[in-house]
Amino acid sequence: MNTSKDWPLWEVFVRSRRGLSHTHAGSLHAPDAEMALRNARDLYTRRNEGVSIWVVPSTAITASSPDEKDPFFEPSADKPYRHPTFYEIPEGVKHL
Amino acid sequence: MTAALALGDDALVLSHRLGEWAGHAPVLEEEVALANIALDLLGQARTLLSLVGDEDELAYLREERAFRNLQLVEQPNGDFAHTIARQLYFSTYQRLLYGQLAAGDGELTGLAAKAVKEVAYHQDHAEQWTLRLGDGTAESHERMQRACDALWRFTGEMFQPVEGLDVDREALRSAWLESVTTVLKRATLTVPDTADTGAWSAGAGRQGLHTESFGRMLAEMQHLHRSHPGASW
Repeated sequence: MNTSKDWPLWEVFVRSRRGLSHTHAGSLHAPDAEMALRNARDLYTRRNEGVSIWVVPSTAITASSPDEKDPFFEPSADKPYRHPTFYEIPEGVKHL
Repeated sequence: MTAALALGDDALVLSHRLGEWAGHAPVLEEEVALANIALDLLGQARTLLSLVGDEDELAYLREERAFRNLQLVEQPNGDFAHTIARQLYFSTYQRLLYGQLAAGDGELTGLAAKAVKEVAYHQDHAEQWTLRLGDGTAESHERMQRACDALWRFTGEMFQPVEGLDVDREALRSAWLESVTTVLKRATLTVPDTADTGAWSAGAGRQGLHTESFGRMLAEMQHLHRSHPGASW
């Protein structure tokens, strides 16, 4: 059992509509996953924002470090063939 | 419209009690949860009291003896366990009651059908906390048991007849007892075996007889409106 007096932190992901992905909405404190889900409902979906919620312990997330920003993200910019910009988009195609 | 007044007063008074947690709840997340429940109840109260008359006049200008709410909902918040025990007892009753009303075709059917979904969440919230406090630490268990015992004597009133409230009270009572017993046992708590009404209660809140702390609560709830009649935001 967690002996800390503070509840663990959870990251909340909300799917706003069917067909869309879950999007990070924010974080909250809760004693366990079930309560985190309920707190997330109260904090992030009371105004019809969502149809589905995920909660993930913040400690379970491995994040890229800001210090590694350059080696992680820069190389792609100078390799234009990685970007799908070399074809015409047909008229009438939405959401692309 | 005795029934709408009774149920409307239940919702209004409990809403105010839960609102008292604002700024005082153990954690921010729980404060939002309690405030959300309070707002659901306030919405129900507005609909119900509007069936009876002017909602503001009814909420702000009645004297204590004219309120028809259960004594259970006017009980002070106490510690967090008391608030949760009060929520467990009342939300279980309200969900079963609204469930019955929603299945009928009376004046309250529409409201009940909408509110029963809100109340199902209130009940879930209360049950989740009852399980965690009852089956938590030695101190949380002791406090939760104390709260369940202290409020038990106000539960019998929920099953007294109310004029115009067409429900099967015996079915309500047995379903309520079964539901509450299941939760308390899972939470390793003991179902109180003391009387569920006080000998002194004389029909109690539904007849306009209230407990000591209710007058102070009303004074706080009504004082702004009475000091500044017609004030608006």
